[in-house]
Amino acid sequence: MELVIFLIFAIFAVVCAINVVVQTHPISSALSLVGVMGSLAVLYLQLGGEFLAGAQIIVYAGAIMVLFVFVIMLLNAGAEGKRGRSYMASLLGVPLLVTLLGLLAYFVQRMFPGVRVHFGGFAGGTPRDVGLALFTTYLLPFEITSLLILIAIIGAVVLARKELD
Amino acid sequence: MSDVPISWYLTLSAILFVLGVAGFVFRRSIITVFMSIELMLNAVNLSFIAFSYQYQQVNGQLFAFFVMVVAAAEAAVGLAIILTVFKNRQTLNIDEVSSMKD
Repeated sequence: MELVIFLIFAIFAVVCAINVVVQTHPISSALSLVGVMGSLAVLYLQLGGEFLAGAQIIVYAGAIMVLFVFVIMLLNAGAEGKRGRSYMASLLGVPLLVTLLGLLAYFVQRMFPGVRVHFGGFAGGTPRDVGLALFTTYLLPFEITSLLILIAIIGAVVLARKELD
Repeated sequence: MSDVPISWYLTLSAILFVLGVAGFVFRRSIITVFMSIELMLNAVNLSFIAFSYQYQQVNGQLFAFFVMVVAAAEAAVGLAIILTVFKNRQTLNIDEVSSMKD
């Protein structure tokens, strides 16, 4: 059962990720990226990350991607033009990427042979556990994060405002 | 035997990361390049949560949580920068935004 769910959503995620890269229109890429994030949320649930699965849907698919789609609509971004790169770049680049992927996969398989994932194998990812760790062990990073978000809000407002003469 | 080896999750994470790198390198539209960065961040999050399962500790999930928060802040600022670039240059092609190179 776990294997079937994993394979379904892993293949869906990979297909959507390929779609993100090959689509020429930004809206198509954005919708494919939502597909990747949704299927990753299911995989988080399988790994026991219940809080993070919810946060993934709410923050990523709900907030960040809406921001992306909003900007694409606002700028009226059309399809990408003909690329200026040489034929040589993609001829060399794609095999290099596949080689990098092969090396990564090989070392991952060698380094982590033993552990197997089954549903419910890790029960420490509930909102209670995450909140407890967040407000005890990771309290200082959490507070610094709030400062970071404040700075990001101010920066976004300053960058995107209309010039006042 | 329906268990999934944890290395499969990490391999999926590697596949998504490499696809993100490919999008970052090969695409010309500044918005798609930005979406490729989000794809890479997501791939790393999957790794963090898989490690969290492996060591039976919640710390990996908290790192993924912080990555998510930083990604949200980065998206807000980055999209504001894209808006400003478009306002000044009327283009979204990264090849035409190269005045710092010349």
